[in-house]
Amino acid sequence: MNHEVGTALPERVFYIDRALLKQYADASGDQNPIHQNEDFAKSVGLPNVIAHGMLTMGLVGQYAADWAGGSGQVKEYSARFTKPVIVPAGEKVDLTVTATIGEVFPDGKVRLDLNATSAGVKVLGMARAIVEKNH
Amino acid sequence: MINPDAIGRTFKGAEVSITQSEIDAFCAVLGETDTSIAPPTFSIRISLDQSQNVLTSPEVGVNWDRIVHGDQKFEIHQPLKAGDVVRCDSTLEGYKQMAGNEFVTARSDLYVNEKLAVTNWSTLVVRA
Repeated sequence: MNHEVGTALPERVFYIDRALLKQYADASGDQNPIHQNEDFAKSVGLPNVIAHGMLTMGLVGQYAADWAGGSGQVKEYSARFTKPVIVPAGEKVDLTVTATIGEVFPDGKVRLDLNATSAGVKVLGMARAIVEKNH
Repeated sequence: MINPDAIGRTFKGAEVSITQSEIDAFCAVLGETDTSIAPPTFSIRISLDQSQNVLTSPEVGVNWDRIVHGDQKFEIHQPLKAGDVVRCDSTLEGYKQMAGNEFVTARSDLYVNEKLAVTNWSTLVVRA
């Protein structure tokens, strides 16, 4: 399959709730209370509990990995944490991911320019993955 | 303030073994069904721990409670997998101050059997 620069890839929506934050805290070892304790999060000036930036980045990375044909196809991946994903109690908030093919390299690798929003707010900046698509 | 003498230094980490259950737990959160290798962002589990140890050591002097993750980059040469014994060396590669906040970039080089498997960069913001 030929990949053309500018091609938009299908949207995918992940859902994040407090249970997933707890699960990610345990899986990553990042037990910072701003990701689990609402009173604590508010006490440090946050609007509510926020998702780990690396959980958001991990899920967006999963989008890239799934498109490319597996985790092992992702060679480089970078992002800026521009806005937090806010996760109120009892809610499932969206993490909506789209991507555009930004570049096709001579060796066949592809750069995906990823876009991630939650509640309509862009949460990652300059999110890019360089993948080797498994045909 | 970060001790300026620490910038540019490399701090060797201890060896850690990756277990299948750690990879399984990480994959489960992301919805990855292939657990034969670690997801691309898995190395943060090792590197952020090492960065925290380095930055909060008395010789560097960062208060971890004031840290916010600014940006992150991964270069994966060889995906990590269960049974790998990883050494993570952390280099405080970059430093700047802006509007009273300090920005430090920690480069983490993860070696498996002395072979570079993953390099990742975390820019951490020490809030004023």
